[in-house]
Amino acid sequence: MSTNKMNRRAVLRGTMGAGFVSVGIPFLDCYLNGNGTALAATGAQLPVVFGTWFQDLGFNPGRWMPKTTGFGYENNVELVPLDPFKKKTILMSGFQYFLDGKPLETHTTGVEIVTTGAIAQQADALATHDSLIADVIGTRSRFRSLEVSLSGGSRSRSKRAASASNPAEGSPVNLYTRIFGPDFKDPNAAEFTPDPVVLARKSVLSYVTEERKKVMGDIGAADRNRLDQYFTSIREIEHQLTLELQKPDPLPQCRVPGAVEETKPSSLVTAASANNKIFAPLLAHAVACGQTRVLNVGVGSQGLRKEGSSQTWHGWTHEEAIDEKLGYQPEVTYFITESTKMLADFLGALDTYQEGAGTVLDRMAVMWMTDHGYARTHTMDNVPVIIFGSAGGRLKTGQHLSLVGDPATRVGLTLQQVFGVQVSEWGQQSNKTSKTITEILA
Amino acid sequence: MNRKFGIGFAGAVGLALVVGSFLPSTETSAADKGAAISHTPGVPVTRRLSPQQYRSVIRDVFGDTVALGGRFEPELRRDGLLAVGAGYASVTSTGMQQFESMSRAIASQVVDEAHRDLLISCKPKAANAPDDACAHQFLERTGRALYGRPLTKEELRVQVNAANMGAKDLKDFYQGLWLSLASMLSSPDFLFRYETLEKKTEKNGVYDLDAYSKASRLSFFLWNSRPDEDLLKAAANGDLDSSRGIRRQVERMMASSRIEEGLRAFFTDMLGLDEIDAMAKDSVIYPKFDTMIAQDSKEQTLRTIMNIVYKQNGDYRQIFTTPTTFLTRRLGAIYNVPIVNNAANGGPELWREYTFSPDDPRAGIVSQMSFVALHSHPGRSSPTLRGKAIREILLCQKVPAPPGNVDFSLFNDPNAPNKTARERLTAHVANPVCAGCHKLTDPMGLALENFDGLGSYRTTENGVEIDASGGLDRSQFTNAAGLGKAVAESPAATTCVINRMVSYGLGRTPDRNEMPWVKDLEKQFSGEGYSVLKLMERVATDPAFYKASAPKPNVAPATSTN
Repeated sequence: MSTNKMNRRAVLRGTMGAGFVSVGIPFLDCYLNGNGTALAATGAQLPVVFGTWFQDLGFNPGRWMPKTTGFGYENNVELVPLDPFKKKTILMSGFQYFLDGKPLETHTTGVEIVTTGAIAQQADALATHDSLIADVIGTRSRFRSLEVSLSGGSRSRSKRAASASNPAEGSPVNLYTRIFGPDFKDPNAAEFTPDPVVLARKSVLSYVTEERKKVMGDIGAADRNRLDQYFTSIREIEHQLTLELQKPDPLPQCRVPGAVEETKPSSLVTAASANNKIFAPLLAHAVACGQTRVLNVGVGSQGLRKEGSSQTWHGWTHEEAIDEKLGYQPEVTYFITESTKMLADFLGALDTYQEGAGTVLDRMAVMWMTDHGYARTHTMDNVPVIIFGSAGGRLKTGQHLSLVGDPATRVGLTLQQVFGVQVSEWGQQSNKTSKTITEILA
Repeated sequence: MNRKFGIGFAGAVGLALVVGSFLPSTETSAADKGAAISHTPGVPVTRRLSPQQYRSVIRDVFGDTVALGGRFEPELRRDGLLAVGAGYASVTSTGMQQFESMSRAIASQVVDEAHRDLLISCKPKAANAPDDACAHQFLERTGRALYGRPLTKEELRVQVNAANMGAKDLKDFYQGLWLSLASMLSSPDFLFRYETLEKKTEKNGVYDLDAYSKASRLSFFLWNSRPDEDLLKAAANGDLDSSRGIRRQVERMMASSRIEEGLRAFFTDMLGLDEIDAMAKDSVIYPKFDTMIAQDSKEQTLRTIMNIVYKQNGDYRQIFTTPTTFLTRRLGAIYNVPIVNNAANGGPELWREYTFSPDDPRAGIVSQMSFVALHSHPGRSSPTLRGKAIREILLCQKVPAPPGNVDFSLFNDPNAPNKTARERLTAHVANPVCAGCHKLTDPMGLALENFDGLGSYRTTENGVEIDASGGLDRSQFTNAAGLGKAVAESPAATTCVINRMVSYGLGRTPDRNEMPWVKDLEKQFSGEGYSVLKLMERVATDPAFYKASAPKPNVAPATSTN
């Protein structure tokens, strides 16, 4: 099969078939030109970008699921803030997180299942799907992935292994400096002179690393994995230096944003919302300027609270009575509404950043995830997963799919395939699946 | 030079055993080398340097005028300790970018004009060209201090070559040195602590650590930093091959004021005081809270402990009962104790010793802000979190996680809102599914209800008088001081500190095979008046502390992440 005749669905089917079909090159490479910036066929399309948005504690039962399935559904009350993005949304309901007799670590096990496909109780957790996708699409950008935490702190859900959790950025100023600080190379600058210091840094780093590798003997499995991790990280620094030495491909839509002001990250809803409004456009600029192709956003839902209130969102889910008239917990619902508004702000920033005919959101797939079907009682069924953006036309958006009882890992599997990870099945035990959600493939 | 292996980085991993590429060991004079111990020890652990250890090593090697300028990856806590988590921690690409950028920042200060005369003892023949001899001299000496062992010939050659490459490219000797030093600071030999076994000492599968690994274990255990020059010399000349030589070093190190740094590091880890850095409180409910007072609360607890275990070399159990503590003016506002601050205008807050009256519920570290505020919600207290912390942190007992699918409606009766934590929790205990765990935690936590979510004293909650009675196993008490006494009298409290200390030193929890050793330490601890200093000395001078079994050979196929 010659690569230029390979059609994307054929490649996908190839990897999804009963047996694993080895495909010689990563899926995306047949479409990317030499610089990895455009589809070879059209010479115009920009690369696809993956994002995750993690909001623990989910929604209220009966208040988020649309009444109808298929295209042209209407948002239920808690998703109304997302109306502007309805045509760019794939809402999936009915998923299950399977425990297989393992103990339920509340608010943790579900996260593990949906992000890694397996229950490892943290000790030997596997890599999260965003890392697997970043390993394929993120290798040519300056940052393999960017993680932010809306409510401060450095924890993120993104893991390369149990021992290697990607730290999140809680401060917009630090994020700005990391992306657009002194090391940023404007892709549209007229002049480009490679920095001799960067060149010398790269030579020394490459030389020392190579020499160190030579003296590496056979070592124990655990240490071997950690050293592999170390050398992978060093290779990424070398790669970053290489990029700094090349004139970047011009990205006409890249605009360098102005500096941002220092904020006070905290677990207050107002602070998280304010931070999100600064983070979101920064991340949109980072994508438009080719700095990264994987974004991970954590809301930090559990600890969120109102100013002056002694209770957190998580606390309310378990200790607030259901209002008899309303039929739901009013305080909890306040937090759900606020974080859905934050999501709308985030998507808005991506969707108002125009790149030719489309927007940054159009070439992304942002995967929304949560920990429980109903946080109040820690249920593991009827869990929603939502995708925003069509990944550059690869996904059929604007629909609601009811996938009752299916493992939620189907979404992780499908998105990995869409982003070119060569995988035909994903997950463990009952959370293992080889069933791609073909209904959402364009 | 008494080098045992010459294969550099991998050799330092202690897994050279698997490779079998040992260089001949030099003769040792001590008779007790390889002395048998009564149990089979566990395997050595490779640990990532903690942020504090990184800071200490940089300060020890380059002095305290060199700034770090960067942030660290989050640490992992395993089996109650960051020191154990360090044995699992790896480096992500984002974390490595930070390490790499810190190493450049540190190295550039070392070679800058303000520092180079002090820190680089030779001068290059020409400032704009490589100079083998001077680079060699600097990198050899600095590398030894950073890695805690001499660099192998090959490692040194690579570092000198790197310096020369940089100097040639940038036409500047010091720039070359900068790049070479930065690469050492980014190397796994610096960022991780490896432990190497000495093949010649093998007896029934049990090995001695090699001298530099012994020095490292000892130094991090007592001082939380890499070995100093004296200890490196002792490792080089074979002193650490004998119990007498080790004892000499232990005595020297324990006589130094740096032992306090080591003790503070241990208790900070054991009590999870690092988590105070991330503690958040609601500023409307607790307007007195800010990050300064949070830091003060951590220091208060460390000072309280140091006063007993270090200054007085007293009974460990007193940290749970002592009425004596140390306060700043800021903390005085929480404790309702007026502290006169006569520090210079703008100067740091002064610390004052203060002793509460015998009938005051404030006694011991459990009643202090660092404990009651850390184990609370941002806007209110939590008897459950506090009770859980007492069980898990102070008694080393595991409290199970809450079950899934609990029906909370049982105690969510809007018509009978519960005013106090005790009332709310009584509702939990009425549910048999909840009762199992809540009865493990709540009776202890409820005794701390006189302290709100920040640690201020109160007698009522929502207008209802607080009943601060409680129980721990068979003890019953009426307030926080009674709880402190019950913790102090619990045998679990003393076995817990021993377990944590051994785990802290080894980088892993003791194996089942090692339990007889831990039991012996328990007997000695009680026989020596529960002196933590004596316990540390016992561990540090015990031959068992310096022995290990070989790690399992690599059976898993090497994995590639790309």
